[in-house]
Amino acid sequence: MSISAPLSSGISAEAVRRRLHGQRFDLPGIVVHVALLLSLLFSLVVLGVLVYDLVSGGWDVFASRFASFLSGTMRFAASESGIAQALRGTLWIGVFVVALAFPFGIGAAVYLEEYAPDNRLTRVIDINIRNLAGVPSIVYGILGFAVFVKTLSGLTGGRSVIAGGITLAILVLPVVIITAAEAIRAVPDDLRQGGYGLGATRWEVTRTQVLPYAAPGILTGTVLSLARALGEAAPLILVGAVVGRLGSNPGLFDIGSLDQRFTALPIVITYWAGLPQPDFRALTAAAIVVVLAIVLAANAAAILMRNRYESKRG
Amino acid sequence: MSRPRGTTVPTHETVAAVSTRPDLRRGDEGEGAGSKPLVFGVEDVSVYYGGFRAVRNVDLAIGQQEITAFIGPSGCGKTTMLRCFNRMNDLIPSARIEGTISYHGVNLYEDGVNPVEVRRRIGMVFQKPNPFPKSIYDNIAYGPRIARLDGDMDELVEQALRRAALWDEVKDRLKDLAMGLSGGQQQRLCIARALAVDPEVILMDEPCSALDPIATGRIEDLMEEIKSSYTIIIVTHNMQQAARVSDRCAFFTAEVNETSDTRTGILVEFDRTEKMFSNPADERTENYVTGRFG
Repeated sequence: MSISAPLSSGISAEAVRRRLHGQRFDLPGIVVHVALLLSLLFSLVVLGVLVYDLVSGGWDVFASRFASFLSGTMRFAASESGIAQALRGTLWIGVFVVALAFPFGIGAAVYLEEYAPDNRLTRVIDINIRNLAGVPSIVYGILGFAVFVKTLSGLTGGRSVIAGGITLAILVLPVVIITAAEAIRAVPDDLRQGGYGLGATRWEVTRTQVLPYAAPGILTGTVLSLARALGEAAPLILVGAVVGRLGSNPGLFDIGSLDQRFTALPIVITYWAGLPQPDFRALTAAAIVVVLAIVLAANAAAILMRNRYESKRG
Repeated sequence: MSRPRGTTVPTHETVAAVSTRPDLRRGDEGEGAGSKPLVFGVEDVSVYYGGFRAVRNVDLAIGQQEITAFIGPSGCGKTTMLRCFNRMNDLIPSARIEGTISYHGVNLYEDGVNPVEVRRRIGMVFQKPNPFPKSIYDNIAYGPRIARLDGDMDELVEQALRRAALWDEVKDRLKDLAMGLSGGQQQRLCIARALAVDPEVILMDEPCSALDPIATGRIEDLMEEIKSSYTIIIVTHNMQQAARVSDRCAFFTAEVNETSDTRTGILVEFDRTEKMFSNPADERTENYVTGRFG
């Protein structure tokens, strides 16, 4: 059987080409394209100006006395002041957040998504956790003052970095739970079914399928919340961080003095920014650059770990 | 939800007859009646999702080392029924089952039966290939590892892959991610993964629906090969497939409920496959297998 030639449509190729080549002027498309680009540029420019302003403001400090700035304490003279005590406070706050908010937050998320039945009670709990994430940080400061500074002062030593660290861990806990729960919800059900179908228990499915797959998302959420905790000043002021000069300067890893008065980088930044002497302005900028560097380092670590997990995910 | 442990399901017990109901034995008419020991006896099973009855009053008898096919139009409860055999429906909180499914004479739904133990003996292959995001090797080793099987893991992996006719294609890249395999290879990997824990029964839920005819053919050959060691139940939309691979065939259909706009699956006929396709007893079966319906 031979194949017959296609029927001629009676339209010349030239006419078809003219129609196909016609270009319509797509004004809304171009407007949207430009607007989207502008929003991106706007964000980048604002960030760029901010970072440039800070780095150039604090550059003299870094260039002339980087080591003494990091190891120095809070003094009257700007030229002798440093952030050793604040670094210590911020470091320990980070430790408390990692040690408390991460395990409890991820644990709560795993329970909500993998173990708890889907009923009215768990939905109410879910909504409430979302609401908690939106509560202003100052409210957590009041909670921290009432509970950890006053009621549990025997445990925390009162206005100490322990009280501050626990308060900030609780502050970010809802965010950790929400982001971890979202990441767990995004795990394809195929994987769970495959695991159960081979006779895995619920914990085995959670440990070997759900958590590894959700790990990149969980990491992103937890590190963002860590960054938030390290940048918070308001709740720390309420739980009694020292705004001003702090006498004691225990070592970075002196665990015995965790129940003493403390300060942290955001507090020092707040304090220095309010001082009238112009010399402190450079210190303020330098301290902010240090905070940024810490947060960036945490993010970089998260990205590295995320890439490792994602390459396994395939 | 607590899952009581400690009760094991006996695996090598032969049950002569699970039921005296005449309709249950309907499938054993003709040649070879009662020649194969029974693995599963299904008596008057209905499955509910909340208040919705997905399938009702099913009676079946599944013989050892046979391939039983479930056929029927969409939404007639074939998959629901299949997932009762290894208690996968337990994972759906609203699912509920009435009636009994006995496995070598033990009711799978009696108190004390641990679904985890059930699933180690009754494996499952899913509609969409679902390899784990791990290496080919780790996919196969997953089941044996959680079951804490002794023995040489390398050998076990090779054996499972050989039985699933996949070894020659993947032996040089066992450490590669399983997602890099083609769809048909992924499905054979999932079969190998199920075989690696050495189950007695394999449940297959439309295992070829996402595959091309060549990959489908390979899976069908594979089923024929492993049939001597395993009991297989397969859900399929492909009637030729059911006719080609199965020994017995169960035809399900859906009836519309009068009170609500829902459909409930029923078992129409269950018999030897040749009979189902050449001389079915029920007109609905004949209409379906000849393509006049569904």
